[in-house]
Amino acid sequence: MLIVGEKINTSRKSIAEAVETGDAAFIVRIAREQVAAGAHFIDVNAGTFLKEEVDYLPWLVETVQGAVDIPLCLDSPNPEALVKALECHKGEPMINSISLEEDRFRNLLPVVTSQPCKVVALCMAQTSMPTTADERTAVASELIERLTKAGVALEKIYVDPLAQPVSVDVTMGSAVLKAIAVIMERFPGVNTICGLSNISYGLPARRLVNRTFLTLALAHGLSVAILDPTDKRLMANLLTSEMLLGHDEYCTNFIDAYQNGGIEDD
Amino acid sequence: MDKKALLEKIAFNVIQGRVEAEDEGFDEGLEGQPAVTELVKDAIKDGTDPKSILLEALTESMEVVGEKFERGQYLIPDMLASAECVGVAMDLLSPHLIKAGVKTKGKFIIGTVAGDLHDIGKNIVAIMLKGAGYEVVDLGSDVPTDRIVEVVKEHQAPFLGLSALLTTTMRVMRDVIERLKEEGVREKVKVLIGGAPTSEEYADQIGADAHCKDAFQAIDLLKTMAS
Repeated sequence: MLIVGEKINTSRKSIAEAVETGDAAFIVRIAREQVAAGAHFIDVNAGTFLKEEVDYLPWLVETVQGAVDIPLCLDSPNPEALVKALECHKGEPMINSISLEEDRFRNLLPVVTSQPCKVVALCMAQTSMPTTADERTAVASELIERLTKAGVALEKIYVDPLAQPVSVDVTMGSAVLKAIAVIMERFPGVNTICGLSNISYGLPARRLVNRTFLTLALAHGLSVAILDPTDKRLMANLLTSEMLLGHDEYCTNFIDAYQNGGIEDD
Repeated sequence: MDKKALLEKIAFNVIQGRVEAEDEGFDEGLEGQPAVTELVKDAIKDGTDPKSILLEALTESMEVVGEKFERGQYLIPDMLASAECVGVAMDLLSPHLIKAGVKTKGKFIIGTVAGDLHDIGKNIVAIMLKGAGYEVVDLGSDVPTDRIVEVVKEHQAPFLGLSALLTTTMRVMRDVIERLKEEGVREKVKVLIGGAPTSEEYADQIGADAHCKDAFQAIDLLKTMAS
């Protein structure tokens, strides 16, 4: 299980302010916090700045990687911003994301094949958003086929099954979970990735919903989660689930976390 | 049951979100009692004026649901359960409304703009407006600007609702408004916008008539526009 730290996103007010004023120290602090809490990648997203994104995204890459030695998840559908961000990125980045939407696929394919990188393949069809598990699996299959044909290795593909609010349609949770299981089984070697917060939109007790969803997603084979690693209860849930699923040899991570105060029994 | 009591009972069950007798409601202990489907059928059979079923039972109860939602007492699933009740009631009622020559509150064209596939919010607004008595023409998502303008002209619709969830696609709303101007129909249609990245300031910037933060605000705004 790998973790992408989600906090450096300009849809958050404090991040937007730091980016606008060039407050590198603040961004570095948020990056370090997430790495210390266990993030394997740091997501950077400046998408709320339409015009300035092409400058802000590379600035974020340089700022974060100037402080922490970790690959980033470059979160943008804008090829121009991605190319500039890739130029200053060190190591192998994750590009988030390509989809089957025609323009997006056409514009991003040259970017994701231009250098070694991991690619998030978002289950967005050409003309609609998938609702059922079968629709998600069909979009994933086509994306995987087209990406591998273009030379992207299966192991570099991270399928995002596109979680949607259960408050609007109660089948949305099971549809995503089933899609994760089917995709992982049908394409051995491929990865799945998912953000947690969409699922709980419109509900009370969202953090509880998010972390329960994470546990279920892990049980269905999710390989990467995009989350806030500084959320202690969420991380405790993650460690516990990983242990129960047999992914924590001799329960080492779980016990370490308990002894270091990272996990508490209620 | 007298007419007034029956209408009140329909309204009560819409607010409870009970489509059929077997459904549980928002409150406990209602299972097994007649719900919206059974009650609306009864009302029609009794010869109740379809217009009063629409206005006194359905529209009024959705206003109560709206208030509960604003207060945080109701959440999205509660609101959708009530909306489903209204949808079912409208299906039963529509032929009778047409026969009685009852006019709707006007056509409301709605769609998510080009390049944007997100339709959850737009769908909720469409359902709510139907319940509030508007004739909704839902164009779906990723609707080309020209098509939106064409449909507005074709239906001579007094209202247009535009939705976008992405910062990249909300810009298309401005294109739609510009196209309406070019086609000379901008003055004939009120344009309402909504979606996560949009705001009142943005509506002003692009020359939309209003920004709606949710479906109920849309209904309120439409009411003030009509009066």
